[in-house]
Amino acid sequence: MTDAGINFHFDVDGEDFSSAGAASVEVKKNLRQLGFPPDVIRKVAIAMYEGEINMVIHANGGTADVFVLPDEITMVLRDQGPGIADVSLAMQEGFSTARDNIRSLGFGAGMGLPNMKKYTDAMEIETELGKGTKIVMRVKI
Amino acid sequence: MDRNLKIRKIRELLDAELLCGEDQLDREVYSACSSDMMSDVLAFVKDQAVLLTGLVNPQVMRTAEMMDMHCVVFVRGKNPTPEMVELAQSSGIVVMHSALRMYEACGTLYSAGLNGTKVAAE
Ligand SMILES: Nc1ncnc2c1ncn2[C@@H]1O[C@H](COP(=O)(O)OP(=O)(O)OP(=O)(O)O)[C@@H](O)[C@H]1O
Ligand SMILES: [Mg+2]
Repeated sequence: MTDAGINFHFDVDGEDFSSAGAASVEVKKNLRQLGFPPDVIRKVAIAMYEGEINMVIHANGGTADVFVLPDEITMVLRDQGPGIADVSLAMQEGFSTARDNIRSLGFGAGMGLPNMKKYTDAMEIETELGKGTKIVMRVKI
Repeated sequence: MDRNLKIRKIRELLDAELLCGEDQLDREVYSACSSDMMSDVLAFVKDQAVLLTGLVNPQVMRTAEMMDMHCVVFVRGKNPTPEMVELAQSSGIVVMHSALRMYEACGTLYSAGLNGTKVAAE
C-alpha cells in the first residue's frame, strides 16, 4: 500500500433497489483482501451499507467514495436527494420517514443513522433541503 | 443447555432443502437470530451466525454478508431467486429453505441448544 492509499468510487443506482448494498459488499471484499482486521472491516461495512441503503431508499441514489489509508478508512456518501430537514431528529433511534413499501423491503426502522454513528469514529452530515446530503464517516485502524 | 450445532444438523432439524453451501455443512455455529427487518439485524445482532427470515430480497444476503453470518434459512417455504443464491455463494454463505414457520423453526433450533446470544468460544 502506498502513502497515497487506495480509493474506490461507486455510483449508487437509485432506481434499482435490488442492487442496493452492492458497493458495500465490494468494499468489504476489497478490505478483506487488503488484510485489514475483521472488526475494522465489520465497522466500515455496516456503516457504509446503512448509508448506501439510505441513499437508495431516501435520496434516489448517489455516489460513494472510500479512501483507504494504512491508519484510517474514510467513506464519503453524496446524493442529490431531498436533504434531511432535522438532522438531530433523524439521528434518533426509531425516527424514520420510510413508508410501508420500504418496510416491506426490510428497512425503515429508523436505526441506520444511529448505527452509522455507533460503528464509526467520526461522522459529519452536511445537508440542504432540496439539494442533497453529504455524509463523511471515518474509521480508525 | 447451550450447544454448538453443525449447519448440517440445522438442516436436518428444520427438514430444510439446501440451496447452496454444501461444502460448509460441517461448520459449527453457536447462535442464531430471526427477523424480517434487516434494519434490526444490522442494529441489534452481534455475532449470531445464522439468520432465519421470511423476507426475500438480495438485501437479506448482503445483510448477512455485512454481519459475517454463515447461514441463512428462509422459513415458510420462501424461495430465494437464483440471483440471491449466487450472491450468497460468492460470500460463502449457506442457504436453505424450510417449510416451517418462523416460530416453529426458531423453537426447534432453540430446543436443540442453539442460543440466541452466545458468541463463539475461542
Ligand atoms: N441520504 C438521505 N437523504 C434524505 N433523507 C435521509 C437520508 N438518510 C436518512 N434520511 C432521513 O433520516 C431518517 C432516518 O434515517 P435512518 O437511516 O436512521 O432510518 P431509516 O433509513 O428510515 O430506517 P433504517 O435505517 O432502520 O432502515 C430517514 O427515515 C430519512 O427521513
Ligand atoms: Mg436507514
